[in-house]
Amino acid sequence: MSNKILEAKNICKYFHDPTTVQVLNNVSFSIDKAEFVSVIGKSGCGKSTLLYILSTMDTDYQGDLIIDGQLMRNKKEADLAKIRNEKIGFVFQFHYLLNEFSVLRNVMLPGLKFGKYSEQEVEHRAIEKLKILGIENEGLKMPNQLSGGQKQRVAIARALINDPLIIMGDEPTGNLDKKNSEIVFQIFKELATVYHQSLLIVTHDNEFATRTNRIIEMEDGRIIKM
Amino acid sequence: MKIKLIASVSISLLLARWKQTLVAAIGVTFSITMFITLLSFMSGLNDMLDGLILNRTPHVRLYNEIKPNKNQPIDQTEKYKQYYNFISSIKPKNDRAEIYNNSAIMQSLKKDNRVLGFAPKIVAQVFYNVGPIDLTGAINGIDVDEENRLFYLSTYVTSGNFIDLKNIPNSIILGKGAAEKMMANIGDVIQVTTTKGERVPLKVVGYFQSGIAEIDKVQSYATIKTTQKLLGESTSYITDIQVKLKDVLQAPAVAKEYQELYQVEAVDVQTANSQFETGSSIRTLISYSVGVTLLIVAGFGIYNILNMMIYEKMDSIAILKATGFSGKDVNAVFISIALSIGIFGGILGLIFGFGLSSIIDQIPFNTASLPTVKTYPINYNPKFYIIGGIFSIVTTYMAGYFPSRKASKIDPVIIIRGK
Repeated sequence: MSNKILEAKNICKYFHDPTTVQVLNNVSFSIDKAEFVSVIGKSGCGKSTLLYILSTMDTDYQGDLIIDGQLMRNKKEADLAKIRNEKIGFVFQFHYLLNEFSVLRNVMLPGLKFGKYSEQEVEHRAIEKLKILGIENEGLKMPNQLSGGQKQRVAIARALINDPLIIMGDEPTGNLDKKNSEIVFQIFKELATVYHQSLLIVTHDNEFATRTNRIIEMEDGRIIKM
Repeated sequence: MKIKLIASVSISLLLARWKQTLVAAIGVTFSITMFITLLSFMSGLNDMLDGLILNRTPHVRLYNEIKPNKNQPIDQTEKYKQYYNFISSIKPKNDRAEIYNNSAIMQSLKKDNRVLGFAPKIVAQVFYNVGPIDLTGAINGIDVDEENRLFYLSTYVTSGNFIDLKNIPNSIILGKGAAEKMMANIGDVIQVTTTKGERVPLKVVGYFQSGIAEIDKVQSYATIKTTQKLLGESTSYITDIQVKLKDVLQAPAVAKEYQELYQVEAVDVQTANSQFETGSSIRTLISYSVGVTLLIVAGFGIYNILNMMIYEKMDSIAILKATGFSGKDVNAVFISIALSIGIFGGILGLIFGFGLSSIIDQIPFNTASLPTVKTYPINYNPKFYIIGGIFSIVTTYMAGYFPSRKASKIDPVIIIRGK
């Protein structure tokens, strides 16, 4: 029980526009610490929707979501933002780096928002994270000076800055070529084995999924295999 | 820490669109500059025009009106006391225009602490003799020192020295118009005839120019003593007491009180010159509304720019929210962008406004009716700067409020899924 960092109980989700459609139907599962989990399924099966609910960004659902022993229901927007900041690292399909800031500053932003460490410490930690990802030399560049693969690695560094409980990825390799996908996968693998980082990655790349610890397969809003 | 972070995000967003930001700030600067200049100029002009009349007008004037006696004999008879009597064609009796017991009144005015000061005055009707022709005129007998202290005599004595009036016996300061008609130069002796037919020579020691040509053609000044001599009256003869109060707004109440207390006519400045106040307040109203309109237009500019910035930065806002920035933080970022445009533009506007009004202050403005005014009048009242400053912040805050709220409500899921 104590190892469960994230638990979903009977999560249901409906889309109401234009007609009411049930996208998630009684989804229940849990993730333990240091697990590397992938979620696969056909496009439209609700896996991304599930991920956004798990990340606390989508609050319009039924069922219970428990992160780190805390029930997410009825929490205020500001509290949820704090949980996202401290406990969840997010990597998207698109890198979403802020072009106005340097790479280092991009990585630092969630850390500065957290406010647990001083600015110098956050900077030091950001450089550490960039080192793990092998891009410590790019820190002073602007995001638009980097290649696609490098940008995605910066995004992963940003997800790591606050030592989150779990990293969630929404098709993090979807926009990358074979070689860069492999690099990103190796990074995830290393994070899971060396740093005991929990990961929950949504993907439609079956080859990627088979190499993770555990696969959750979804179809039509249900988990069919896990 | 948090403030610093929000500030650094705001600054980065600002600098990313620095040209637009600059345009917005220039809008604020321009409107504040115009606001300050307009109000300073308008208010300077108001003060000047008010000063033209109001500075020289006593707040309360005590005098004796020549009118029929209110207590007619029929009202005092036993038989008709209870009746309402209509009497036609009553004439005033041969009354003197003098204020009775004026030295006692002046003694008690001295003790009244609402009173800033008072100056006794005699108004004497005379004729100025120019060869065979007599021109009607009026000589104001004044206490030179008090008149200057309270009603700024020296500012409208344009040639000659006003103090000579006191030092040279039997002297007169002529209105510029009257002097021109008589072709009297300073140092000349003119003849005046009193209403009683006496001819008196007076020495011209100066000209005065009030700004109102009709007055300058008729009036002139002499000392109280000279005027009393002219009229053949005793040294206690005084027709007017001009009172200046510490607070001009009290004038109507004080006038009423004095009328009862001293049994004389008392008229306050508000009643005597009501049209000036109306003019001033309407001019002020117009300048404020123009200034505020300018600011609101600048506010719309800021609103537009922030709205555009939010559409452009939708992704950035979404990712900030995804990584743990709350709606409040995002709101603070955009509000601080709006406020920094407002504060920066506002401060520049205040500086430029001061500069522009100083320049206007240097532009020569010569008009025959206003001898003391050499340049355009400007009022550097700090009140305008405070109002301008507050207004620039308030309008930019309002302009930033709605876009910021919109930004804070952005749902990151919708943006991120849309890709």
